[in-house]
Amino acid sequence: MKKLQLGRKVLPLYSLLALVYLLIPIVYTIAFSFNNSKGRTNTTWQGFTFAKWGDVCSQAGICEAFGNSLFIGAVSTVVATILGTAIAIALVRYRFKFRSLVSLSLFLPMATPEVVMGAGLAALFFNMGTEQGFVTIIISHVMFCLSFVVVTVKARVQTLDPVLEEAGRDLYANPAQVFWRITFPLLLPGIVSAALLSFALSFDDFIITYFNAGPVTTFPLLIYVAASKGVPAETNVIASGVFLLAIFLVIGTQIASNARAKRHAKFH
Amino acid sequence: MAFAAFSSNKPAPNAAPMKSGKIVLALLLPGLLYLAMFFMVPLVSLLITSLESPDPSGAIGQYVYAVDFSSYGNVISRYFPQILRSFGYAFAATLFALVISYPLAYFIGVRLRTRPLVQKLTLTLVIAPFFISFLLRTIAWKQILSDNSPTLEFLRSIHLLGADQYFLGTPFAVIWGLTYNFIPFMTLPLYTSLERLDLRFLEAAGDLYANPAQVFRKITLPLTMPGVISGTLLTFIPITGDYVNASREFLGSSSTSMIGNMVQADFLQNSDYPSASALSAILMGVILILVTVYVRRTGTEDLL
Repeated sequence: MKKLQLGRKVLPLYSLLALVYLLIPIVYTIAFSFNNSKGRTNTTWQGFTFAKWGDVCSQAGICEAFGNSLFIGAVSTVVATILGTAIAIALVRYRFKFRSLVSLSLFLPMATPEVVMGAGLAALFFNMGTEQGFVTIIISHVMFCLSFVVVTVKARVQTLDPVLEEAGRDLYANPAQVFWRITFPLLLPGIVSAALLSFALSFDDFIITYFNAGPVTTFPLLIYVAASKGVPAETNVIASGVFLLAIFLVIGTQIASNARAKRHAKFH
Repeated sequence: MAFAAFSSNKPAPNAAPMKSGKIVLALLLPGLLYLAMFFMVPLVSLLITSLESPDPSGAIGQYVYAVDFSSYGNVISRYFPQILRSFGYAFAATLFALVISYPLAYFIGVRLRTRPLVQKLTLTLVIAPFFISFLLRTIAWKQILSDNSPTLEFLRSIHLLGADQYFLGTPFAVIWGLTYNFIPFMTLPLYTSLERLDLRFLEAAGDLYANPAQVFRKITLPLTMPGVISGTLLTFIPITGDYVNASREFLGSSSTSMIGNMVQADFLQNSDYPSASALSAILMGVILILVTVYVRRTGTEDLL
């Protein structure tokens, strides 16, 4: 029994240490966004300041790169979410030949190292004589986001009860009405999380983008190039801002949905 | 979660299958054409490039269409250490990630089950690294572990590290970074499996006088195997192709370079497209073989 008691404490402690390990670089990055550093180097602590947060765009190129990443992320997300949602619905709701072949062709991009996809696309654009830039970056981002959208939305489609759609049809709704009034609203949470995942993947992608960016600089490319010369604190400000926004959104949603679930439980 | 469906090996439930050729085609075709065009065609393009030979004029970066397998022999003899290193580092980092993640995922998925809000919030901490730039996190480790950092001075002062020993640029630093960066890809599928684990099986085993080790080995582990498989694949595959952690600007040095570093250098700096393509093709080939063998062995063939 004594051994079991010990085990009860070891597991939480081990998990706590693992979480600390995961969070150390995040805390470090946020802390150094408040560093009173000079110029482009931000390696040693020089004292606390809010100055970098107030004047993010003062260093050349940072805000432009950030804007590029937002734009690329938004366009890629919209395209990948539409294409992926359609495939997910087809995969769960319909029986057809070559189903497993379709599944395999969606699994393969996830099983391919990014450097192979990046080099492959670059080889294709090179062989076709395509000029690299925004279009080639967006093409590559849609490609690697697509499979993740399918997997995420598919999980949601599987939980959907087909009876609801049948009821709609029985009440003389046409296929378009059934889709927009019943299927789509029920799938929405899955579609939203797929879109968020796509955006996060696109926004943070470095390897594939590096092969296909041409003259365009995205936020990760800016950091990579700066890494050898020193990454300015303004970069930390943008990354920390994005992080804090995302984490508050997620935590807020969780607390809200938890409260809703509790209220629901009270009424029933 | 994205990985929930990835780790399931059950067929789709309920959903009366409908037959309607035109609708299926309209739903599938755009996405599949896209994948064909920008995933399959590039891979073929890569294979074609890997078979090209240098332009007879000798101009750098100019190649002509050919069926020339010499690039393959070339890169294998030139980059043999990098190839071995990539798979060695990937193996080590995947193992570390599993050892760190399994107990963590068990804690969140099983112990915290009675407190759903705490469970969700803890899981958010696991995916928190996804919300902040991968490169900045790696740079953070670089600075925390740099030669003159307080961390290393502390380690030297307690004699865990010799006066002339350092961390950056060593294989250990690269594996450290790789493990760190890919842990969430391991933890999430493990969590998905553990969260669904039916605890009554564990109770039953305990009632039948199984000790905790036996319960784990005979019940918990086999039931969560789908999570272990997708977790190890989602970690191992991207690590083999990673070149950020191993590069000199981040945690590595010239003696830690991996396949990705060589592909990048040959493609983007040396304009040696056939070598870069051949190396990518080898990486892809080895991964496909390893994944097939691994999945056959462990018995989860329907991964998606």
